[in-house]
Amino acid sequence: MASYILRRLLLTLPVLAGIVLITFLLARLSGDPTDLLLPPNATDEAREAFRSVNGLDRPLWEQFVTFAIKAVTGDFGTSLRFEQPAMQLVLDRLPATAELAAATMVIALSIGIPAGVIAATQRGHMADGLIRAIMLLGQAVPSFFLGVLGIIVFATWLRWLPTGGRGDWSQLVLPATTLAFNLVALIARVTRSCMLDVLKQDYVRTARAKGVWESRVIWLHALRNAFIPVLTVIGLQVGLLLGGVVVTETIFSWPGVGRLAIQAIYARDFPVVQAVVFVFAVIFVLVNLVVDLLYALLDPRIGYR
Amino acid sequence: MSDATVPVQDATESRTRHVLRTTFASWPAKLSLVVLTLALACAIAPSLIAPRDAFLQDLSLRLLPPAWEPRGQALYWLGTDQLGRDTVARIIHGARITLLVSVLAVVVSAVIGIAAGLAAGFYRGLTDAIILRLIDMQLAFPLILLVIAVVAVVGPSLTNLVIVMGLSGWPRFARIVRGSVLTVRHLEFVDAARAIGASQFRMMAHHILPNIMSAIIVYASFEVARMILLEATLSFLGLGVQPPTPTWGGMISEGRRYVNQSWTVAIAPGIAIAAVILAFNILGDALRDALDPQLEDRT
Repeated sequence: MASYILRRLLLTLPVLAGIVLITFLLARLSGDPTDLLLPPNATDEAREAFRSVNGLDRPLWEQFVTFAIKAVTGDFGTSLRFEQPAMQLVLDRLPATAELAAATMVIALSIGIPAGVIAATQRGHMADGLIRAIMLLGQAVPSFFLGVLGIIVFATWLRWLPTGGRGDWSQLVLPATTLAFNLVALIARVTRSCMLDVLKQDYVRTARAKGVWESRVIWLHALRNAFIPVLTVIGLQVGLLLGGVVVTETIFSWPGVGRLAIQAIYARDFPVVQAVVFVFAVIFVLVNLVVDLLYALLDPRIGYR
Repeated sequence: MSDATVPVQDATESRTRHVLRTTFASWPAKLSLVVLTLALACAIAPSLIAPRDAFLQDLSLRLLPPAWEPRGQALYWLGTDQLGRDTVARIIHGARITLLVSVLAVVVSAVIGIAAGLAAGFYRGLTDAIILRLIDMQLAFPLILLVIAVVAVVGPSLTNLVIVMGLSGWPRFARIVRGSVLTVRHLEFVDAARAIGASQFRMMAHHILPNIMSAIIVYASFEVARMILLEATLSFLGLGVQPPTPTWGGMISEGRRYVNQSWTVAIAPGIAIAAVILAFNILGDALRDALDPQLEDRT
C-alpha cells in the first residue's frame, strides 16, 4: 500500500511540473508579460523597473525557474485590481466554491445513481426510456442556458428563489441544481452501463438463487460492485465541475473562485488568473490522486499493482 | 439505438451502405439527421434561408414578443431583440459561426491527436511516455478555464478561437487513437505489411489508420457536440466572436436582460444549441452501435 501511494505520488510530480509550465507560458502567449502583469497605463519607466525587479529581462529558462519556485510557495504576485496577494484572494474565495461544489455533488449523486440503477433494472421499459431521454438532454443543454432558464422561471416569473448571491440555502438551490444537471446525466449513464454489466455476473445470479430479496441484490450486491467505475468517472468529472463553477458562479453572482477568475480575465488582472488556473489544476490532480487510491482500496483485486 | 431493429447486411451490400442504413434505422437518428441538415443549410447559406436581414436594426420594433402572443407581429415569428433585429434571422446566421468554429476546432484537434496517438501507439517506448505525459498535463487543467484564459490573452478572433479550441481537444483524440493502435498493431495484416517491407509511415497511414477510422469518426461526432458547447459558453461569457456577428451563446447573454419583455430572445437560441448538440450525440450513439454491434448489449 505504501509503495503504491508513493509510486502514485511520484507520477503526479511531472503533471504538477507541467501545470507550472503551462501557467508560466500563459502570461507569455502574447509576447511581453508586462502588458498583462502591469496596468495598461503604466509608464515606460515603471515597465523597465518591473522587468528588472521580476527578472523578465533574463533568459526564459531562468524566468521559468524563478516562477516555479515562487509558484510552489504560492507567490503569484499582487492583484492589479485588489492590490492584495493573488493567491490570498483565491484562497479567500475557495470556501464558497467548495460549498457550491459539495452541494452539486450531493444533488448529482443522490439523483444520478438511483436513476442509473432504475434505468438498468427496468431496461427497455418506460422508466428506462424516460431516464435515457433525460440523460441525453442533460448532456445537450448548456449549463449557462439552464442557469438563465432557472433564473427566468424560478426567480423572475415564480419568485420562489433569489436570482443570485450567497448567504442562506435558498441562494444555493439554483446554482447547485444548474451545475448538477450535466453531472446527473453522466453519473446516471455510467451507473446504468455498469449495472447492466454487473447484473449479468454469476454472484448476482447466486444471490438470487439463494433467495436474497431483489432490492438487496440490486442495491447492495450489484451497486456496490458497479460503484467502482462510477467513482472513477466522478473523479474525472471534477474538471467538468471546476469548469462549470466558472460559468455558474458568474451567472448567479456566487462569490467563489470561478467568478473571481472571470472578473480577473475581464479586468486583465493576470496574477489572479494565473493563481486560479494553478489552484484549479492542482485540485484536479489531487482529486484524481485520491480517486485512484480509493479505487485501489475499494477493489482488492487491483492489489496496488 | 436499442429501440430499432438492427438491419441485417446482405451479401451484395457494401459495408459503408450497411453502416449508413443501420445508423439511420431509428426515428431519433432520422430526426437528428434532419436537424443537422437544417443547421448545415443555415450555416452555408444563411442569407438565402433567413426571412430578413439579421443585422438590420429598427428601434421601433425592439423587443417584440413571439408572433403567437398578443403584442407579437406575424412577420417576426420569434420576436425581436433589444435593437429590433429579427430573432429567427439571427439564429439562422448564428448557426454559421457555431458550426464553423466547432467543426474546424475538431479538425485541428483530430489532426494533432491522430498524429500524436499514432506515434505513441506505434513507436511505444520514450515517444509513448512523452506523449502520455503531455496528455496528462493538459488534461489536468479544467478545459474551459484554460481556454478562457488563453482566449483572453490572445484575443477572441475566429482564427484564435479555432486554434485555441482545437489545441484544447487533441489529448482526448490522441488517447482514443493510441488505444486503438495498440489493439491493431500486432494483427496479421500489420505484420504482413511489415514482412513485405512497407515503411513505418506506410504502415501507419495505409494499414493502421484505415482500420481505426471508425473509432475516430464516432469520437469526432461527440467532439463536435462538445466544441459547440464550448463555443457557446465562450460567446456567452463575451469571449467568442464579437458583436454584431450573431452567435447563439452571445444571443442568450444579451437576451437574458430582456426576458420580461421578450422571453424568446434568450430561450430560442438555447433551444437551437441543445437541439444541435442532441442531434450530434444521438447520431454519434447510432454510428457507434452500427460500427460496433457488440456495444449494443450495454446501451
